[in-house]
Amino acid sequence: MKIDKTLEEQQAQQTTQQPTSPQVGRALNRLEARSKVTGRAQYIHNLVLPRMLYGKIFRSTVAHGRIVSIDASAARQLQGVFAVYTGEDVRKVIPEPYYGPAFHDQPILALDKVRYIGEPVAVVLAADPHVAEEATHLIMAEYEELPAVFDEVEAAQSDILVHDFLRPAGTFPDLKHLAGRKGTNVALDFQLRRGDVEAAFASAAHVFEDTFTTQQVMHTPLEPMVSLAEPDLGSGTLTVHTASQSPSFVRIEIARLLGWDENRVRVKSALLGGGFGAKLYIKLEALVVALALLSRRNVKIALSMEEQFFTITKHATTFRMKTAVNQEGRITARKCEVWWNGGAYADIGPRVTQKSGFTASGPYDIENVWIDSYQVYTNLPPAGAFRGFGIPQMVWAYESHADMIARALHIDPLEFRRRNILREGRPHATGTPMHDAAIDLVLERVAKRMNWSAPFERGTGALRRGRGIGVGFKALVAPTTSLAMVSLAGDGSCTVYSSTVDMGQASETAIALMAGEVLGIPAERIRVMRPDTDVTPYDMATLGSRSTFHMGHAVRLAAEDVNRKLAELANELGVPAAPASRAGELLRRKYGMQAGNIVGVGSFIPSYRSPDHETGQSENITPNWMVGGCGVEVEVDTQTGHFKLLRFEHVVDCGTPINPKVVDTQISGAAIMQLGISLFERMEFDEVGQLRNASFAEYKIPGIHDIPPVIGRETVDSVQNNGPFGAKGVGESATFGVASAIAEAIEDAVGVRLKSLPLTPESVYRALCAARNQPLAEE
Amino acid sequence: MSDTSITIHFTLNGERVSADVEPHHTILEVLRQQFALYGARESCGQGLCGCCTVIVNGESVSGCLYLAAMADGAEVSTIENLDADGELDVVQQAFIECGAFQCGFCTSGFILMSRQLLDRNPDPTDAEIRHFLSGNLCRCAAYPEIIEAVKLAAHMRKSKATMPA
Repeated sequence: MKIDKTLEEQQAQQTTQQPTSPQVGRALNRLEARSKVTGRAQYIHNLVLPRMLYGKIFRSTVAHGRIVSIDASAARQLQGVFAVYTGEDVRKVIPEPYYGPAFHDQPILALDKVRYIGEPVAVVLAADPHVAEEATHLIMAEYEELPAVFDEVEAAQSDILVHDFLRPAGTFPDLKHLAGRKGTNVALDFQLRRGDVEAAFASAAHVFEDTFTTQQVMHTPLEPMVSLAEPDLGSGTLTVHTASQSPSFVRIEIARLLGWDENRVRVKSALLGGGFGAKLYIKLEALVVALALLSRRNVKIALSMEEQFFTITKHATTFRMKTAVNQEGRITARKCEVWWNGGAYADIGPRVTQKSGFTASGPYDIENVWIDSYQVYTNLPPAGAFRGFGIPQMVWAYESHADMIARALHIDPLEFRRRNILREGRPHATGTPMHDAAIDLVLERVAKRMNWSAPFERGTGALRRGRGIGVGFKALVAPTTSLAMVSLAGDGSCTVYSSTVDMGQASETAIALMAGEVLGIPAERIRVMRPDTDVTPYDMATLGSRSTFHMGHAVRLAAEDVNRKLAELANELGVPAAPASRAGELLRRKYGMQAGNIVGVGSFIPSYRSPDHETGQSENITPNWMVGGCGVEVEVDTQTGHFKLLRFEHVVDCGTPINPKVVDTQISGAAIMQLGISLFERMEFDEVGQLRNASFAEYKIPGIHDIPPVIGRETVDSVQNNGPFGAKGVGESATFGVASAIAEAIEDAVGVRLKSLPLTPESVYRALCAARNQPLAEE
Repeated sequence: MSDTSITIHFTLNGERVSADVEPHHTILEVLRQQFALYGARESCGQGLCGCCTVIVNGESVSGCLYLAAMADGAEVSTIENLDADGELDVVQQAFIECGAFQCGFCTSGFILMSRQLLDRNPDPTDAEIRHFLSGNLCRCAAYPEIIEAVKLAAHMRKSKATMPA
């Protein structure tokens, strides 16, 4: 028989052939590249459904108030308006309309109260989006204004309560104890206790105490948030098309809100025009679902750039840090108090507070540690996940503090870090022993790239030069789950089913490389399906640089399952085993024609031990640590405070790079994003909580002129032993240490220390004037 | 058709077309809603990010600000026209080769602007590239790769021009 002959002949050839070329580690162009350069990439932004209505949102104009009345009569009368809905209408289709990943605290449309300026209060639906928008201007709302609170430290003690009681979602076991808590704006208080900090402070040679702050910023993905709901009134099912980083979570949360089985809710995502954490968990999805069920029509809501600023942001923080140091320059104790400004709704803020909070003492080997980390409600737009999940704020503080201590003790900043950093096998502040975290190597490589030991040219006259380095780390968020399926068709061609969302990080390419590595198939020939919860299996979310590790393992396991099934099939057929690239021949033999599939399934959840509630201690706080280091040189104009970066070096530990070409761009992309946050991005609120700069005309993100001439990028030679193919995540690591290294370089150049972000020329100039005893008047 | 709408006639990617538009419609809305061309996109809505770039009479414009009525009689072309013959333009090839995009949302605008730059200045310096592309924003910050891609495209254009026919 022809097929037999082919199989056996090829099998014989196989042994003499070169082994299939490895896929992991290839510098591969992204698989969707052609669709992106031709303008044909598919984003939810482009999606149009039959008989679709556009929703436009009417938003609160007060920061805190009781809703007295909403008059939508004029809006309803405008020609072309289909309907206007408020929070009370939403209750008709969703009786308990409160959503959120950590707390069920956010109403789909405001109910009873508004809690920040910009909160959605009503929605107009119309076939023409211009009509819908015009009608929103005709809605009148009356509020009984309440006192508002904006500052995170003040809010933690305030009598002004943003919420009457806490509503933890029950999703995360470590938040359950908060249920029903009243009389506080503190949504989560995480604490860590190790050793005896007070005794160590009492006997310390030196004690340092500083407070650092960061500002509220917005992700501004260029594809603004967009969701559509498509109810099927015949079958009683619902499809949500959404630019979401977490389609599986959206499905679960919509099913919960509706009281439906998960299988009646289908969530489809697409390529995302950027995410950075803004499109996580649930944003517009519950709203479009409610509107679609009320109107019995397909509904699309596409936010404007301005509206994104009212939807989700990055926490502003205040970080008070106190450190004891002995005669040898070793840190003996550290006390950290961190207040996270969570805004009016918790979103994922409580998890940020805990997961980043436990790293607040930094990548340092310290015997006595005390950490208090507070998620605080305020009357500002909500804060959630933003590239780094709170780590950039922590690194800014602990690395600034490290530089200030080194300066005070006249120890070189590199040397101070060498004396104190956590090394392999040593316990982190949580008690978890450090493994595969190349902190020392990253630090040494940054120093090397900066020529740290060589003499440094400090400039003359008005232009002075300085330099700084820093290192930070992040614990991979745990425990989370990824599933994947790999299917070979009747012709042997391979498709991977994964709910990982490609928002620019080239995850589809990485998945194809990893599946291809196991199956012996070139990545270019593998097709990766886009998330569709009716088709692709569960994945916790695309966040926190978790996909390479978690989905990587799931895809690896699914591909290995395929190989196992192939071997079983060959055995069953009584023919020699064939590689996946020739699975079609086995299937043809089994089914007598081109037919059938071989389906492999993989599921992965790493081991983890929840931290003790009293002490924050855990023997296994995370599956791995991602490490990033930064070095900068700046030149400061002492007459104006203006400064520029002359050098911008980045080194990360991401284990084995799956696709080195993409890893490089993840490093510089993260570094430049953090540069914008370090130097110019800031949401500016007036005294009543009104945001004043919600547009690119007044909120500056980095442009092509803002990047230094050269950006150094390097991955250290390391292996993540529990990672798929030795890999771990990389999307956030180059954000670590940027801000603190610039602040240190400025002090190194002109002798002034800035402790608040962003680091603007004005703040440098003010500090220079103050240092000359000629302080400028405040604004 | 409403009583305020007008009919415009224009050339779109080489084809003569017409459209009924309202006075407030932008060319971007018309291209997306009436011609299903999605390569130009609205992001900032203020003409500051370049995601909506289209070419009108040989000049790049911000499609989110350019009123459709003004395109009456004009020649309009979009990113979708670059590979009309099935072949990628050298700028597109260079963007792929250099990895000059991540999410891809801003890419149409950067490619159209880069082509315009190279048409005017076949051998731009880094500073000239930055200056010409300073009206385009990339939140993924693929700027280093974009600068490399423009230089590679300049080189590719030159080698193509000197190749024997």
